[in-house]
Amino acid sequence: MGRSSVRVLAAATITMTLTSTVCFPRQEIMKWNGWGYSDSKFLFNKKGQAEFTGKRYSILGMVLPSLQDWFENTFGASVNHKSPATPALNASAVPPASLNEAFVEDLKATGIPFSHEAEDRVFRAHGHCLHEIFALREGKKFERVPDMVVWPNCHNDVVKIVELACKHNVCLIPYGGGTSVTSALECPPEETRCIVSLDTSQMNRILWIDEKNLVAHVEAGIIGQDLERLLNESGYCTGHEPDSMEFSSLGGWVATRASGMKKNVYGNIEDLVIHIKVVTPRGVIEKSCQGPRMSTGPDIHHFILGSEGTLGVVTEVTMKIRPIPEYQKYGSVVFPNFEAGVACLREVAKQRCAPASIRLMDNEQFQFGHALKPQVSSIFTNFVEGLKKFYITKFKGFDPHQLVVATLLFEGDRERVLQHEKQVYDIAATFGGLAAGEDNGQRGYILTFVIAYLRDLGMDYYVVAESFETSVPWDRVLDLCRNVKERINRECKERGVQFQPLTSCRVTQTYDAGACVYFYFAFNYRGLADPVHTYERVEHAAREEILANGGSLSHHHGVGKLRKEWMKESISSLGVGMLQSVKDYVDPDNIFGNRNLL
Amino acid sequence: MSTVCASCFNILVFVTLQQRDPMLKRDGFEDILEERRNSSDLKYALRCYAPVLYKGVTPCKANMLKNIVLQSDQLHYVINQVSQESGEAPDIIQEEASVILEEMAHRLQISTVRFFAFALSKAFKTLFQHVCVNEEGIQRLQQAIQEHPVVLLPSHRSYMDFLLMSYILYTYDLALPVIAAGMDFMGMKFVGEMLRMSGAFFIRRSFGGDKLYWAVFSEYVKTMLRNGFAPIEFFLEGTRSRTCKSLTPKLGLLNIVIEPFFKGEVFDVNLVPVSISYERILEESLYARELLGVPKPKESTSGLLKARRILSEDYGSIHVYFGQPVSVRSLAQGKVNRSTYNLFPRHIPRKPMEETQSFVNDTAYRIVRLQEDNMVLKPWVLMASLLLQNLEGLELSVLTEQTVWLRGLALSYAAFLDWPDHAPTAKVVSSSLALHRGLACVSGGRVSLVVGEPLGPVTPEEALFNRAVSVLSCASYRNQVLHVFLRPAMLAVAMHTAASSKKNEVYNCFSFLWDMFSNDFILCPGDIVQDFEEACYLLVKTGAVQMPQQDIVMTDIGQPTLSFFNGLLEPFLQGYQMLLPTLRSEYSVLCVFTGNLRCYEVLSSDMQKNALAALLRMDAVRKVKV
Repeated sequence: MGRSSVRVLAAATITMTLTSTVCFPRQEIMKWNGWGYSDSKFLFNKKGQAEFTGKRYSILGMVLPSLQDWFENTFGASVNHKSPATPALNASAVPPASLNEAFVEDLKATGIPFSHEAEDRVFRAHGHCLHEIFALREGKKFERVPDMVVWPNCHNDVVKIVELACKHNVCLIPYGGGTSVTSALECPPEETRCIVSLDTSQMNRILWIDEKNLVAHVEAGIIGQDLERLLNESGYCTGHEPDSMEFSSLGGWVATRASGMKKNVYGNIEDLVIHIKVVTPRGVIEKSCQGPRMSTGPDIHHFILGSEGTLGVVTEVTMKIRPIPEYQKYGSVVFPNFEAGVACLREVAKQRCAPASIRLMDNEQFQFGHALKPQVSSIFTNFVEGLKKFYITKFKGFDPHQLVVATLLFEGDRERVLQHEKQVYDIAATFGGLAAGEDNGQRGYILTFVIAYLRDLGMDYYVVAESFETSVPWDRVLDLCRNVKERINRECKERGVQFQPLTSCRVTQTYDAGACVYFYFAFNYRGLADPVHTYERVEHAAREEILANGGSLSHHHGVGKLRKEWMKESISSLGVGMLQSVKDYVDPDNIFGNRNLL
Repeated sequence: MSTVCASCFNILVFVTLQQRDPMLKRDGFEDILEERRNSSDLKYALRCYAPVLYKGVTPCKANMLKNIVLQSDQLHYVINQVSQESGEAPDIIQEEASVILEEMAHRLQISTVRFFAFALSKAFKTLFQHVCVNEEGIQRLQQAIQEHPVVLLPSHRSYMDFLLMSYILYTYDLALPVIAAGMDFMGMKFVGEMLRMSGAFFIRRSFGGDKLYWAVFSEYVKTMLRNGFAPIEFFLEGTRSRTCKSLTPKLGLLNIVIEPFFKGEVFDVNLVPVSISYERILEESLYARELLGVPKPKESTSGLLKARRILSEDYGSIHVYFGQPVSVRSLAQGKVNRSTYNLFPRHIPRKPMEETQSFVNDTAYRIVRLQEDNMVLKPWVLMASLLLQNLEGLELSVLTEQTVWLRGLALSYAAFLDWPDHAPTAKVVSSSLALHRGLACVSGGRVSLVVGEPLGPVTPEEALFNRAVSVLSCASYRNQVLHVFLRPAMLAVAMHTAASSKKNEVYNCFSFLWDMFSNDFILCPGDIVQDFEEACYLLVKTGAVQMPQQDIVMTDIGQPTLSFFNGLLEPFLQGYQMLLPTLRSEYSVLCVFTGNLRCYEVLSSDMQKNALAALLRMDAVRKVKV
């Protein structure tokens, strides 16, 4: 497969360049109470078949005949039992803006656009945690939302805004792509000062590309897919592709220590950044040069990376770029069970020959992926599919309720990709893995991008769902996966969930010393008085189980406010104290008052 | 000391009783021999046996199990370590490990199990009237086996215990356990191998510093547990209790089976306490002799064949109660932080952390108490308690009357009494006496202990010995009820000894007794205040004691109860008192012999051992190497 299929997501662009003084509100093309674009969603049509609307995602847009069966069987749900969302935002549910008049006056003088429309404010009052989306769908009253939104256009605008905020004691919350899943964007209800959401979306330019050193200097508000597209035009890419890259921003990646699908080739965000410019209440932090590595005390970048908007606003980033790879190829391997799959990934990591991406989905996710297979048009394809299935289950003796699939993505020049591919398939074979084709591999990656849309579909039918992640040493991967799933099942039962929950996991990243594990968890909430509360208790228990099994608090989602309570346990109270002293020095008046992390 | 706060008293007791409440609601019993008496034993032994295993795993062949153990990281680590220390090549150590494993491992075979099913059916029908099992417990166990690795923890009173356990599990089509047994059985060549083929694995009695042995042993047990191949069975008490009192638990194996949970290797481990109560123990008089210093007969096949004569006697019934499975996960909640295991490689053996040690110790005690709680008591147990307080004998009518009184007391203290329904008391008493005619006899309307076999002339020493045998045999029945009365009895003694009726002073005496007796009885570490409150609550509830203000005083009707309790513990108090100055058993023999003391129980090696341990623990004596 060549370059044409580089991107699973379609030619979707959300460049919302500011062309006039009017701010283009994102909510015009994006859902206000769900994931992604307004015109893209799953629904069950009149024949009860699932369809994906819109034209943005080239691969879908067709009928998915098995989804309904899978959905109803997995969750005990029915397409006849709907739980529709409130159709539109009820302005009366939004608390009135409490403005700091002096700040507004001074801001007006700078000419930086701002708004205190209810819709603008609500849109920036949340991320994509289950409880946040659920509340929007239910039309619940908001406790606290930003009082106004500002749209700086460049680094200097941010400097001005932060100065004014300090002068008038206003609380600033930076807002990038809004894809947070850690309650990081939630306004602290106890905040009495005026809260200003600082939306970086207008700072979305690539300022320069340095081909000699292969770096690009980019404004931090740029959205992932725009960055890739613009760099592609010059023949480059960053290779940083977090699952949220359609909507998440560069500044957000820095602030949360993001990780991309292809980190095996390109590195995680901390490996990619060369220079970061941050505006804090104390002034601007930046380094004096672009040396590729320095021994100048602890790296100040590491105070910024993962600071989750508590210290300041990331305005500009210099990051590594690479020529677009010549050749790209998906692949997949079927293993008889999860244990074999993990053993194979471990070996691949040991030999340091991981492809750009290698992921292992458990059996539940394999079946889920199957439910997303589009209708096959020809009898021949049907026949081939049947034959493949027969070969794997009957001839090779794989139990369809045990088998798992690893999806692969290779990149590089053609010859090397083919060589690399062979090496990985050879290792897989020693663990009983069978090559299962490019399509299966590619479908695995589609799941990543449409899963959030599927959650919205679930919520239309009494199903709530969420994902969470961790990183864990190799020897504990299996134990952790098993125990966390079991804990979730148990907790659901104990908390009165009437239906068997779906718990599924996949190993999404491999490292020398461990792996990143990603969990999906969903259940049918019919019969529960407070499904969100139940959900939260279960997730809480699952996180405790993760920590007890040697998993980390987070691999790449971050801490936000959702996981703050475990910070001391995770990094020791002395560690928390160190972070606190940095915060106290950089932002003594807590201007960046989102109260994440600490 | 003012650790006892009167205001929190009621709450605490309420909580305690609530916690223990599920145990107090006990299941009914079914007699599994009944069907055996009515249908073919051969058919039964050959019937289809297809138990459900943990999460549907397929059973593991003994050889495959050995390979998993020998190839484990855990064992490899220790092999390399030992090889470095000793300078031997790893291959040689590996070979040693393999030999150890060979000596240890079980070779469970269904054909042997079927043989036992047949032979035991025959034997049980001859020996026992009933073998009663709580079927609800069996159902709970069946459920537990499918969900989690299960550890069966039966009480240990007889060699019969583990055969009986396997027999019952076979009867109910449950997965057969693998059983940790002492190496002494291996002395009986043929029988030892038979036991091995029915699921026993053998461990040396002591292997103190032998790292390799320990590694093979613990990895063997853990491998079975982690994979859920079979329930694991062992005796927390470590050995058969010769006194019928529960022994303080040994922690080695419990540590091993709990560790996989802490290390996250299994989601949970279920501990199932099993209480096996014998109306008459096969080893009855053997035990008394052993306690008096006659060496335990060596296990031998010929000895076993000689023991056939026991087949001609009636041993009453057996009750086997499968308790509520105890989830280690729930027990450890909030007590052990599993993440402390995160920073150390899991395959490297490591001494358990303090937090873990005290958790395991605590768990062991709780399990033994659960065993005690569900021990079925026969009327004879009450009668023995009364007879021991009246060694000169009792009028039958008085005995009957007092037994009825004691029955009421025992029931109000939640004893698990198996008193025949609708039978007149006189009948119950007489049939108990009939079953235990070797211990007590009625002559001229008086009931007294039977002393020795009056064959020919006996020396005074022999007479004393025979007397002591009969007292100790009888005491082994009284001991069965001690756990019911222990706490209130200690309070009664404390009230008797304390200088005043002030609650504080009584508590001080109580806590001294509690501490002193904690080798002899099952007193959960740290439960001293709770036990005191429980004792107060029970004595107040039964009207023997009232607690005005800060005092504890006897009521008008409290005399019989309190004096019974004082009498109950008297042998122990006297024994400890005696041993304190001497520590030499010859001296105590002398005391009894010269009539200085009318307490034969001090002659029991068990009491001497416990008292010595207590004195050492309380720093009253010191060990000096001579």
